Amino acid sequence: MKPFTRLRETPSQTAGPYVHIGLIPAQAGLDIFGQSLGDRLAGPEARGERIRIEGRVLDGAGTPCTDVLIELWQANAAGKYDHPADRQERPLDPHLHGWGRTGTDFRTGVWAFETVKPGSVTGRRGRPMAPHVSLYLASRGMNIGLSTRMYFPDEAEANAEDAVLNLVGPLRETLIARQESRDGLPTYVFDIHLQGPQETVFFDI
Amino acid sequence: MTPYEFIQRDRDQHPPALTPDYKSTVLRSPRRPLWSLDTSLSEVTGPRFGHDALGPLDHDLILNYAQGGEPIGERTIVHGWVLDEHGRGLPHTLIEVWQANAGGRYRHVNDTYLAPIDPNFGGCGRVMTDEDGHYTFRTVKPGAYPFRNRVNSWRPAHIHFSLFGSGLAQRLITQMYFEGDPLIPHDQILGTIPDPAARSRLVAALDFDFAVPLDSLAYRFDIVLRGRRQTVFENKLQGA
Repeated sequence: MKPFTRLRETPSQTAGPYVHIGLIPAQAGLDIFGQSLGDRLAGPEARGERIRIEGRVLDGAGTPCTDVLIELWQANAAGKYDHPADRQERPLDPHLHGWGRTGTDFRTGVWAFETVKPGSVTGRRGRPMAPHVSLYLASRGMNIGLSTRMYFPDEAEANAEDAVLNLVGPLRETLIARQESRDGLPTYVFDIHLQGPQETVFFDI
Repeated sequence: MTPYEFIQRDRDQHPPALTPDYKSTVLRSPRRPLWSLDTSLSEVTGPRFGHDALGPLDHDLILNYAQGGEPIGERTIVHGWVLDEHGRGLPHTLIEVWQANAGGRYRHVNDTYLAPIDPNFGGCGRVMTDEDGHYTFRTVKPGAYPFRNRVNSWRPAHIHFSLFGSGLAQRLITQMYFEGDPLIPHDQILGTIPDPAARSRLVAALDFDFAVPLDSLAYRFDIVLRGRRQTVFENKLQGA
């Protein structure tokens, strides 16, 4: 008889100040691997509207953090994830894997991704989720990675029906980017506040 | 792949966000509780990586940055199994590692510790688990180094690990320590984990079975990622 096994998850530890050499070595000034991971977020031929997402990560004193790893995961423009667990009958996009990683700039603290706008994915009980990207943060001073979502300000109708935005009620504004334009490229600016009155909503997923 | 949801994360196994003995957490810890999400496709999916993404020396830190010589330090093999909470091996899972050199210095533009850079050591590597969930990489044992926390704070020798699993909810970054290191009980970063049993699971055991005679010592470090909840009564995820 097979014994019942229940192991405990390995505890998290901070990624520390030198996370770059492991996960984004180019930013640390290290040229070591043939292929860096996370550079296939959305190729130039990916379908959908080209956009830029950028922001800063602000600590409890309002200071931009200059050493944070940020990873982004998103669906394609048709609202489908490039993953076998997504069984929605929607097309994959061979030019979009939907995952990228970067670091906040050592001087300015700004992080940015260029990608395409994701479509709406079906959520629980068949209700559509408003278009969003999932973000994961890790750095010195974070004992465990932080998970949040960024929503789009030009999706007011979908946002009004979104189960997650409605769950967090008045804090929903912390999850919605503001729209700007950079050289004609639609740009969504999303500052992540770790503390304070504008503290971003973080999720236990 | 059946899109089952993950078992809820047991936060008691992890450090809380705010641990003032590790001072950097004071301004970087969210003060509101985390919002618990009913997971959706956004969390049970996640990035996937093929073996073709990795180069032939990516898992050999002794050779992957060698510039005509080999790095100084104790030649060390690290191996183990990546399992889920049900004890099943997780095949083809990406592991990324990074560490200081034998003198305790990182090859990083922001590391100004006075120990020298080793010209033959990059300090990072990556490996995929095999079909059983087993992984192996080779390196030199990292050195201890001081960091700004208390007046005299030293990190025990450690290797950073980053893992993905198959869904975003399994994402884990942690650190591995070495059995017998006298700095372990003094470390304010390992000390962020409240449960002593949980802390002990980050300490790799000396493993003569994997040592290479007259060549390299070995340590074993098993890693557990979240398991999936499996019941025929599941309120199934839509679109899944």
